[in-house]
Amino acid sequence: MDMITSILAITIRAGTSLVFATVGEIFTERAGILNLGIEGIMLMSAVTGFAASFYTQNLFIALLVAAAVGAAMAALHAFLTVTMRANQVVSGLSITLFGSGFASFLGQRLGPAANNFRLVGLKGARFMPASFEAVSDIPIVSAFLNQDLLTYLVYILIPLSWFFLYKTRPGLWLRSIGEDPQTADAMGIDVIKAKYFYTILGGVFIALGGAHLSLSYTPGWAENITGGRGWIVVALVIFSMWNPARSLWGALLFGGINAVQFRLQASGTTIPAAFLNMLPYLGTIAVLVLMTWWEALSKKVGAPAALSQAYMREDK
Amino acid sequence: MEEKNSQPLVRMIGISKAFPGVQANDCVDLELFPGEVLALLGENGAGKSTLMNILCGLYRPDAGEIEVRGRKASIQGPRDSQALGIGMIHQNFKLVDSMTVLENIILGMKNQPFLLDMKKVRSEVLQLSERYNLKVEPDASVWQLSVGEQQRVEILKLLYRKADILILDEPTAVLTPQESSQLAKVIRLMKTEGKSAIFITHKMDEVMNFSDRVMVLRKGKAVAGLSTASTSPSQLARLMVGREMLFSIDKKPFSPGKTILKLDRVCAKDDRGLDALKEVSLDIRSGEILGIAGVAGNGQKELAEVITGLRKLESGSLRLDERDMSQSSPIAMIKAGVAHVPQDRVSVGSVGDLSVASNLAMKEYRKPPLSTGIFLIPRRITSLAKKLIERFKIMTPGPDTHLKFLSGGNIQKTILAREIGACKSLLVAVYPSRGLDIGATESVRRQLVDQRDQGLGVLFVSEDIDELMQVADTIAVLFEGRVMAVMPSREAEPERLGLLMAGVGA
Repeated sequence: MDMITSILAITIRAGTSLVFATVGEIFTERAGILNLGIEGIMLMSAVTGFAASFYTQNLFIALLVAAAVGAAMAALHAFLTVTMRANQVVSGLSITLFGSGFASFLGQRLGPAANNFRLVGLKGARFMPASFEAVSDIPIVSAFLNQDLLTYLVYILIPLSWFFLYKTRPGLWLRSIGEDPQTADAMGIDVIKAKYFYTILGGVFIALGGAHLSLSYTPGWAENITGGRGWIVVALVIFSMWNPARSLWGALLFGGINAVQFRLQASGTTIPAAFLNMLPYLGTIAVLVLMTWWEALSKKVGAPAALSQAYMREDK
Repeated sequence: MEEKNSQPLVRMIGISKAFPGVQANDCVDLELFPGEVLALLGENGAGKSTLMNILCGLYRPDAGEIEVRGRKASIQGPRDSQALGIGMIHQNFKLVDSMTVLENIILGMKNQPFLLDMKKVRSEVLQLSERYNLKVEPDASVWQLSVGEQQRVEILKLLYRKADILILDEPTAVLTPQESSQLAKVIRLMKTEGKSAIFITHKMDEVMNFSDRVMVLRKGKAVAGLSTASTSPSQLARLMVGREMLFSIDKKPFSPGKTILKLDRVCAKDDRGLDALKEVSLDIRSGEILGIAGVAGNGQKELAEVITGLRKLESGSLRLDERDMSQSSPIAMIKAGVAHVPQDRVSVGSVGDLSVASNLAMKEYRKPPLSTGIFLIPRRITSLAKKLIERFKIMTPGPDTHLKFLSGGNIQKTILAREIGACKSLLVAVYPSRGLDIGATESVRRQLVDQRDQGLGVLFVSEDIDELMQVADTIAVLFEGRVMAVMPSREAEPERLGLLMAGVGA
């Protein structure tokens, strides 16, 4: 039981950043914008968030900086794809390429002179898991409760964003924009403004996911700290069928395999570490393919119909 | 009519709107009075939908003003027009397929609460649907509904928003006769409640049955505004079609030879799976131009596609030179000598990013002299291109220029040059002169007549009645996928053709 509880606790911790980014990308894609810049935004927010926490020792400011960086990068993507009507895939990939390179550069320049201007190996302020003595002995429950503040935010974010999308007026409008921007426009919705707003909002959530990595999950800065999580998120969005409530399952799946293989490595297994490290990615993709296939058979709702199409009113 | 003593509800003054290459509206005035139904009549491309899209805020006019209820209205977008009580049912419904009926009805309504109260919406919608006898399943997704049901959702959407100026863009085009008569009832009921409506149509019987007044648009201009009671279908047909002076075309006397193409009770479906051709039987003889008259969307495209092997026959037979070719592929039809100048010359008929020479070689490249084995012979392609460019007077800087840099008329000439070169028995030309200026139009028509004079068969689809009467030897009228009549063109009268095209007097 102890082992299950501890695996569950690691799973939830590993899943937190994925849920943030997945929910962010769901909002973005629901507005018809495919943002493949997730990996770049997560890396940039991880490095800037950590630098801010190192210099200010203030986690609130660290989150704020990370969120602002995410918002700015998403705003650039929105400008390129909505206003300039650039190809969304190309724009998103460019943002990832730029973000990965620039984050790595900042990691070698933002540090103090004493550390050769590097951020690697430094300690900043970090989110500590809550430890409720009263529940520490209760299996399963303690895995959920003994978590840091950002994970608690995720507990709220999932139901709230589901509720927003399916039960509120702006949520209804958002869904219509990704499905059929012509209709949304004809019904008096400001499609362009909404696309900007949700792309930027999505960027903020993605950035919080990135910040969680450097401020809590593996506190500190390391090259390629995301380990390709930004790409896993692209898959998890499909796995979630663009429904925030389902983002939990995808994140738990990836986080879960991650936790199990950690355990295996720790137990000194003879399976090569490289193979174990690969498992979370392989497993996620395998399940994703199976699930999507299954969903397609049962004709559930698929991608927003107008995803990645530029919109202009007087196009004939 | 109490028109005289009431102020117009809507007034559009001097509206102009241009799209690249087309003047869609040219200084159009329109008035709508309270409690009246105004029919907006005109052929395809006359500018009816553009004018209404301007009124509902989707398009911005280049010039002109709009007054609503006596006050100058600044309509920047659909939200502004909705606030003025204007609601439009577009030809392609503005419904989100994956959403439910109720969600679609409230979509975009600013005065809905932040937390949606679907229970309240449902009961209000059901009340409306009962009052107007518009049955809908409130929780069904739109994609599950038939076209008629979707239109009911559109009407409920306007009623729910309390719109009192309703615009309907060809509302009956997609309806069964029963649904159409139900729609007529709803419009009458709304009229008794003081609502006004503008509906766009090109069907004459609807104008006569539904409307109080009728306004006729032709080529972007308003040509008449009449009270329905004081006009007649034949007068309207004349106004709608217009009489345009054309140069007459010299052609040899009509002496048809053997039958080249024989269609026997051909049925085919359109891309949506609906019946597009219904038991069409037509013959084309050698030395004959068969003109197909009809408003676009009545089966012309499908007819051309069936003949060129691009579309499957559901039933019936197609014989070419007495051979059964009912289920032939496009390549088999090409080999049999059928050439095709398609309706959409930019996306189907040509490749804009290839050179003029490549486009000209596109049908002949498989065999000598243009190729040997798997290799093309560029030198011969260029010399063929030069010959065709001269013969067809294609205005291009050279054979290597990308086709997309040529004008519409010269692109069309390029396609014609290629198709005529490859044509050995039958030329199928769909709206070949659409969008061309007078000079280019003349030369395209000349080419069609030349082919006929050389003993080929020509199928010529056009919306322009004058053009058909000039060029064709025989005219068949298509309406809703059926052949309404076939007649020698010298016996055809524009008025009768106009009525047949509008589905009157079968």
